[in-house]
Amino acid sequence: MGPVIDNLDLYWSGFLQSLEFILWCLVGSLLVGTVMAAFRVSPVPSLRALAVAYVNVFRNTPLTIVLFFMAFGLPELGINQSYFFFAALGLILYTGAFVCEALRSGVNAVPAGQAEAARALGLTFTQSMRQVILPQAFRSAIPPLGSVQIAMFKNSAVAGAFGIGGDLYSVGKTLTSARGYDYVPVLTGVAIGYLIITLTAAALLTLLERKVAIVR
Amino acid sequence: MTAEATAAETAARPGEPLVVLDHVDKHFGSLHVLQDIELTVNRGEVVVVIGPSGSGKSTLCRTINRLETIDDGSITLDGEPLPAEGKALARLRAEVGMVFQSFNLFAHKTILENVTLGPTKVRGMKKAEADKLAKELLDRVGVGHQADKYPAQLSGGQQQRVAIARALAMQPKVMLFDEPTSALDPEMIKEVLDVMVDLAKQGMTMVVVTHEMGFARTAADRVVFMADGAIVEENTPEEFFTNPQSARAQDFLGKILKH
Repeated sequence: MGPVIDNLDLYWSGFLQSLEFILWCLVGSLLVGTVMAAFRVSPVPSLRALAVAYVNVFRNTPLTIVLFFMAFGLPELGINQSYFFFAALGLILYTGAFVCEALRSGVNAVPAGQAEAARALGLTFTQSMRQVILPQAFRSAIPPLGSVQIAMFKNSAVAGAFGIGGDLYSVGKTLTSARGYDYVPVLTGVAIGYLIITLTAAALLTLLERKVAIVR
Repeated sequence: MTAEATAAETAARPGEPLVVLDHVDKHFGSLHVLQDIELTVNRGEVVVVIGPSGSGKSTLCRTINRLETIDDGSITLDGEPLPAEGKALARLRAEVGMVFQSFNLFAHKTILENVTLGPTKVRGMKKAEADKLAKELLDRVGVGHQADKYPAQLSGGQQQRVAIARALAMQPKVMLFDEPTSALDPEMIKEVLDVMVDLAKQGMTMVVVTHEMGFARTAADRVVFMADGAIVEENTPEEFFTNPQSARAQDFLGKILKH
């Protein structure tokens, strides 16, 4: 593990950069996925169609293609941003489609009577989604949402290959190709970096699930 | 005319039509579940709807706040036709309290929050004011000391009384009860019926779908008997139970009253 210990500061900065990227994508994909899930079950046909189209496009397109499009397609359309931004946007849109479907399974798990009671009180569609349906849907969708987000954490390495810049993936690449270290110890270090993030997330998820469980 | 003046005026007209169903028809696929329903519920009146399972009585009850749509005919509440959808429908539903067979308390909210949700979000009431109102109502239905618990921690009878308080918190013009005691243990039925009898005595306009003949006898102003999607007979409870006119009602009462 010599190369890792020699370059601990580099690993640490890579770890922080990856973590920052992941947190942006976590917040972004949850927001996009929640809005799309609400559209997906809304009584307005055009919103439903938009959400269906979104999920179909982004869930069924390989992540690398989405990222290529963001990194090279958007600049051609005159949209110029950092690669960090493009990579985050691509991963957010890609992951948001899975968040939407996980949440929709949660919405379906909420008994129909809950929505009826909300409507009977005079809550509008938006109010009953926000106050009654989504809070319960989130709780029952925590396990699939967790899996989707952990997959996103790992996909951030793919985004790293497109040039987030300075993240864990780039650290591995710099150490092996530019400085000539052996692959096995360097990549083991990178893997440990990701494991710290994913295992911590899994533990937090378990705690969260216990804390917000609804008794019926 | 201001809204307050309208409310004061309407409240001062007991006995006038509040809910009017006119030639209402509804199909579930090939099943003609509501057939040419004509029903008027007057202000302050307690109408009990009884009949065999599958007769359409729950569906009838649910059309009054448009949880079920209708194919034909019209329904008016306080002279206004039911809006088809959107904010106007939400506003109308706020005027109609509903109590369900399966309680449907919001599982992720405390008892108090269940009661304050409508007043704060729909009526824009301040939280402190809504809390006060909710506590009064919870005390009135006898579950005030459970305010901080969650629905699943309460018995069925307690949950149903909370559901009644939740509906009352909106100060509705009419209360709909869709088989409110059918999911309860026998010993819990009475505590819910007692609350409903009190409400009836205080002059609340009520439409009650039930199998509780005792409640129909003591609290109803009028009994509506339904079978196969149609209203077969309508009478005072006294007349209906002692002297049913239709063969269908005689047969129904014969079956349930023998035991």
